[in-house]
Formats: sequence, C-alpha cells, structure tokens
Amino acid sequence: MVDMASEDPTSLSIEQVERRVQEQARVQRARDRRAELIYPILVGIGLLGAWEFGARAFQIPIYLFPPPSSVIASAAANWQLLLRESWITSVEILAGYAVSILVGIPLALAIFRWPVFSKSVYPLLISSQAMPKVAIAPLFVVWFGFGLMPKVLIAFLIAFFPIVINTVMGLAAIEREKVYLAQSMGLSSFDTFRLIRLPHALPSIFAGLKISITLAVVGAVVGEFVGGDGGLGYQLMVSNGSMDTPLLFAGIAMLTVLGVLFFWMVEVVERLSMPHQEKASGSVGSA
Amino acid sequence: MSLAVAETAQNAPAYLEVENLSKVYATEDGPIRALDRVSLRQERGEFVSIVGPSGCGKSTLMMIAAGLASSSHGRVLVESKRVDGARTDLGIVFQNHVLLEWRTALENVMLQAVARKMDLKVAERRARDLLEAVGLKGFENKYPRSLSGGMKQRVSICRALIHDPPHLLMDEPFGALDSLTRDQLVLDLQRICSERSTAVLFITHSIAEAVFLSDRVIVMTPRPGKIDRVIDIDLPRPRTLAMRDSPEFARYSREILDVFLSRGILKE
Repeated sequence: MVDMASEDPTSLSIEQVERRVQEQARVQRARDRRAELIYPILVGIGLLGAWEFGARAFQIPIYLFPPPSSVIASAAANWQLLLRESWITSVEILAGYAVSILVGIPLALAIFRWPVFSKSVYPLLISSQAMPKVAIAPLFVVWFGFGLMPKVLIAFLIAFFPIVINTVMGLAAIEREKVYLAQSMGLSSFDTFRLIRLPHALPSIFAGLKISITLAVVGAVVGEFVGGDGGLGYQLMVSNGSMDTPLLFAGIAMLTVLGVLFFWMVEVVERLSMPHQEKASGSVGSA
Repeated sequence: MSLAVAETAQNAPAYLEVENLSKVYATEDGPIRALDRVSLRQERGEFVSIVGPSGCGKSTLMMIAAGLASSSHGRVLVESKRVDGARTDLGIVFQNHVLLEWRTALENVMLQAVARKMDLKVAERRARDLLEAVGLKGFENKYPRSLSGGMKQRVSICRALIHDPPHLLMDEPFGALDSLTRDQLVLDLQRICSERSTAVLFITHSIAEAVFLSDRVIVMTPRPGKIDRVIDIDLPRPRTLAMRDSPEFARYSREILDVFLSRGILKE
C-alpha cells in the first residue's frame, strides 16, 4: 500500500484513484472477514492438538483427562444418546426461557407503568436476587417431582431477572426530550409506548435476553443435577458416576454447542428487529 | 420590565400571551427563582427571539410556553385560551435533534404525520419536499447515525414543520453546529418561515442570529430570569448575510450587547 509513493504523482486521474481506493478497501474487508473465520479455527485446532499431544505424551489416564480423540470417539459411539438427552435439555431450556420472557417483560412493564407497584415489588425483587437460586432447586424437586416442571422452573428462576432489570432500565433511560416531542405531537400514551419508548428500550431488552438465554442453560442443567431422570445434566452425572470421562467431556461439549446455538438464535432475532443497528456495526470497520 | 408590562396592557389579544410568569424551584437550600414575572406577546406570523446568557431561564420559558412544564405563577394564553397541558398546535426543535435512531430521516419526519393521523401519501410528498428544501435530497432513507450534526438538525426542523403548525418553538437549535452550517440553516429557516408565515419563538444566545432572524428581540438577564429589554428589529426582508455588516445591523447588535455589558453579564 505504501509503494504508491514511488509512482509519478501526476499520472493518475481522480477517478483512477477513486477506483483504486475502493478496490483496496474491498480487498481489505474480504481479508478481515477471512481472518475472523480462519484465526479462531486455527487457534482451536492448535489447542486441540496440544491437548491430544499432552494427554498422550504424559500418559494421563483416560478417566482423568481424556485426549480429544477419545472424546470424539465416545461422542460418535453415543451420538443417539447424546442427541436424545440434548433434546430433553433443549426443551427445558426453551420452556424456562419462554416463561422468563412471558413473566419478565410484563413484570418490567408493570414496574415501569405503576410507581406504586414499582415501589413495593422492585426492592423485593432485587433483594430476592441475593438468594442463591441454585439452593432452592432441591425444594422444587420436593414440590414438583422429577419431571419437566422443576427444571423449567429453575431455569426460569435463574434466567428471568436480567430480562426484568434490563427492560426496566431501557424503558426508564429515555431522554426527556423524546417524551416532550411525543406530547407535542399529541401521541397517546399507548402510541408513545409503541412508537417511541419500546423501540428505544429494545437494545437494552435484547441485552437482557442474551444474558438470560445463557442462564437458562445453567438453570436446566442444575435442575437435572438435582433431580433428573434425563437430559445432558443427568447424563453428566451418570458418566461421572461410571468414570466414563470421555462421555462426560462429550456431554459438556454438547451443552456448549447448545448454549452457543441458542445465543446465536437470540442474536439473529435481535438483528432482525433492529435493522438500523446492523448497518451501523457494518460501517465501524470502514469508518 | 416596564416595557413588557406596557405591552400586556394592550387590549387586542395576541396569538401567544405570557402573563406575569414566574417559575421557582424548591431546593434543599431554599427556593431558586428561574423566572421572575415574565410577560410577552407574540403576534401570528411574528418572529420573536429570546436572547440571554445560559441560566437566564429562557429554555424554561419555552417549555412552559409549550405546555410541557408547569409555571409556579402566572399564565400562558394561546388565542386567548389558557394553556394547561402540552400544546399540539406547534412544532418544536430542541437544541439536540432528538431524532429516533431506529427511523430513517424520512420516517423521522413522517412520525409527526403518523402521530397526527394525517393523510400519509400527501404527508410523504410534503416530507420529501421539505427535506429537499433543506438540502437533504438523497438522504431520505439514511438512518440518523450516518447523518452529520447539521443534517440531523435539518431533519428535526422538517419534522417540526410537516404539519404546517402556526407556531414553531426552537430552543437554541443551532447551538451545537459549526458557524458555516449555522449560516446556511439561518437562511433556510428565514426562507421557510416567510413562505408559510409561521410564528417562531426562537431561543438563542447568539446576538447575531437573533437580530438577523427576528421581528422582535427580547433580551433576558439571569438570576432571576427577567426580561430586560424588548427591541424591534426594523430591517427589510428577506435579509441577506451581507446585511450583517450594515450599520443598522451593528446598531441593533450593539444595543443588545449594551444590555449585557450594563448588567455585568459581559465585562470589557
């Protein structure tokens, strides 16, 4: 890029310069995109290789620290089992997450809308978060048995709070001028909410939704730990009990895949509902 | 003060009448006077500027005149009717553009039309015309974050004008812009307002802007915010940038400056 200085500075028309700058920017962007994809893959492969090599070179017993090859072999041998357990856990995660949204958003709206409600419920809600929710999990097993219900409830209990708090904060953090503007246009309070307050709060709401989905995964696994008869969390306990560490690792990997997949799905919805932001993040690199 | 009182004594009702308006804030250290018995009148189609240093309560005055803030005493009348809630017969331009970042330039202007349930087809044509009139043709579908500060403020001016309001309130609308952009917007504003004879209440701390645009300049002094002097600007219209160098223009500017000098707001 620097070798341009060696050229005769008068030889190019501005159109030619334009074209060249555009072309360079395009090449640079393509290179950046490739790097974004290739570097993490290379690093990942490198780490797996080092792990494989280390596990073999130091002859670490498989039940302590299995090399990736035996984890992959175990996953391949047990793929039906893993898929079935993943399905169970996914249902729990998504159900818990759905309940979190269905309870969290209306609760946030009520807190925002009615000051009395806010004054009475909000402090309670915040102090309740100091309580370790995992500790309640055994109680849910006592109350609701070993089925789907306690897992969904635990996932909900752990996941709903960030949705509430981020929605409330997003709604409250609006500039006064935007509200004034709505008033001067004669917008009803419902239309103000629909056209101004809600879209204004969306980035914050999605921040909460993204934290929540990862917490819902944690909640479902904790539920299965405490009183499960199925699911990846239960499978982890079983593999652990039978010292089948490769399968344990395969289960963990599967959970990670699920977590990333669900997080990515929330991100897709976020991008679809806020098209103006996508353009902005695209222009950051070139700015 | 005496001048302002004499004006309210006139009998024919003006478009906007502010009578004996006071605003006091209660604080832990006792009350703070933001506005002290302010009275002013504005006729239909008249361009009135309020000039004063920061903290003289001019923005507060505008908010109360718009029905968006409450007064502690006194009243605001629009066409002889008392204002007791947010007025909707106006357009407002804030110092900050206050565009909705999830709407394009055109959609931001159209928000006003949607809110007022105007005929959207007619309104869109008007919105496009307005955007073109302020030099934003080709930027209709851009989101605010890809517009410059001056462009955003232009969009917000279009938004305040699309419903052809009889009254336009502007709170230091060009305060955050560079001087070249300001000059252009001042010219645009003069042209647009003279085309549709909109009454404008223009808050500014720029003496030159006030003299250039106004039929009348109200000079306020701070703590508490009081009207110190009312100056009629008798310059021919349309006004040109070159007129800023004329002796008449300089005389008006000097008159306003003298108020600030004599009140110790400026020291030489």
